[in-house]
Amino acid sequence: MHITRDRLLAMLLISPSVLAIGIFVYGFIGWTARASVSAWQGLLPDYTFVGLDNFVNLFRNPRFQIDMRNTGIFTALFLVACLVIGLLLAVLLDRRPRGEGLFRNIYLFPMAISFIVTGVVWRWLLNPATSVERLSGFNLLFHQAGLDFLISKWYTHPRLGIAAIVIPATWQMSGFTMALYLAGLRSIPEPLREAARVDGAGEWLTYRYIVMPLLKPVTLSAVIILGHTSLKIFDLVMAITQEGGQGFSADVPAMNMWYTTFRALRFGQGAAIAIIILVTVAILIVPYLIHTFRTEVEQ
Amino acid sequence: MKRRITRSVLHLLLAGAAVFYLMPIYVLLTTSFKSFQEVNLATMWALPSGIHLDNFVVAFEKLSPNLSNSLSLTVAATVLSAILGSLNGYVLSKWKFRGADLLFTALLFGMFIPYQSILIPLVRFMQTIGLYGKLWGLVLTHVIYGIPMTTLIFRNYYATIPNEMVEAAHIDGADLLGIYRYVMLPLAIPSFVVVMIWQFTSIWNEFLFAVTLTSPRYWPVTVALQNLAGSQIVEWNVQMAGAFLAALPTLLVYIFLGRFFLRGLMAGALKG
Repeated sequence: MHITRDRLLAMLLISPSVLAIGIFVYGFIGWTARASVSAWQGLLPDYTFVGLDNFVNLFRNPRFQIDMRNTGIFTALFLVACLVIGLLLAVLLDRRPRGEGLFRNIYLFPMAISFIVTGVVWRWLLNPATSVERLSGFNLLFHQAGLDFLISKWYTHPRLGIAAIVIPATWQMSGFTMALYLAGLRSIPEPLREAARVDGAGEWLTYRYIVMPLLKPVTLSAVIILGHTSLKIFDLVMAITQEGGQGFSADVPAMNMWYTTFRALRFGQGAAIAIIILVTVAILIVPYLIHTFRTEVEQ
Repeated sequence: MKRRITRSVLHLLLAGAAVFYLMPIYVLLTTSFKSFQEVNLATMWALPSGIHLDNFVVAFEKLSPNLSNSLSLTVAATVLSAILGSLNGYVLSKWKFRGADLLFTALLFGMFIPYQSILIPLVRFMQTIGLYGKLWGLVLTHVIYGIPMTTLIFRNYYATIPNEMVEAAHIDGADLLGIYRYVMLPLAIPSFVVVMIWQFTSIWNEFLFAVTLTSPRYWPVTVALQNLAGSQIVEWNVQMAGAFLAALPTLLVYIFLGRFFLRGLMAGALKG
């Protein structure tokens, strides 16, 4: 009797959260999906069904085509940069140099700061002005060092503008991959590496054949987290470029969604962009969640 | 000898990387502490002539209402979501019912969704209940979308507490709430610290919900700073000082409680 009362109470305790997530996550996604096939423009909702018109328009829209291309470039470069730099730093720190804790804290602190704050600084570091009297940030530094050929238009570069955003994004998130890899490295039992060395494998071979395969799950986690961050990136681009650079050189879908919805008030179109972002993120996340759920049940 | 060289190379590489990570902070600090007279784009990389607070005075004047908005918002939402998460985590680890794991996975999905996909309904919802533009609307939003992460951290922590302890307390006559109050809660203090630091940092730094849901009066500091940076009137040195002010609370948390911050980070990544 006692047990059943407690069981009931347990259900009661989590029901507000379950209800909230049910409505605010699943219900709202359904609502957005409904809006994405509606004619809604302007402040008053209009749910007239227009089929896939909003999506068709999007894929024909030059700005959205740029966005998709930019997301692809950004995600690829950002992932590679974070994984390589993170792994490299972790391997270096794994050798327990003096000042290890300090270095680790320096690499990781950008994670604690808002993209908006760091965006303010990076906006000036990546200032695209190229005329000598108005140089600032990196361009100024290059000029003063006599490396004028390095002066760049950064995020306003017509084809590679988005790549400039990878620099601050990597600066902010690579410490996180470092921390993940370092935790992974430290969890590999020392005797295992020792055994490889005894068998005559050098430092490099030990990493290649013993350590790296064991770090695969860490890489997977990092790809999931960084990948979903990158597909929905908004704050940083907003803070650095305000409106997506020049001719949308650094525009991304999340920026497009925000301006289309809350500035241009084209809610149907904005909802369609939101659904596309959701689908790209879900392709990454859902298999991971299913996998987690399965291992959870097995335990 | 070879070992010494390897060590030097190692330190050189680490120090080089440190320079890269600290460079934006260098620019932020040197610019912020310059006097109005010495602010000039051409000397952007130069050190200030001394410690001048001109920029901070102006930036603080502009941002102080927003800093206080951020503080109220962050404290309220952090406390509420920690309480919710701790209860959810307790039930989902120690009072598992059929489908509890599936439910947990379904909750977790909420942590990964791009918030763009719920933003339009959220605005409509807030308008309907009269919280659109207000700070409480933003608090409610952060509490709700914080549920997955806080539940995750607490659930994984409670799962490490042996079931025998729960059963022993049960035999001693404690019911669900009694076990929570006298067994789980005292043990969960470190998890509260982790969760609250995590929530504090993410809510303080958040921008998308804030810029979409609040009116200028209730803007948290991130939105106000972005607005400051976007205006042509406010000088870039003041923007930098403002950025420093906005970063300070989470930076202090990181410096003094970094260990717990890292644990929150790992919880979200390793056991998602």
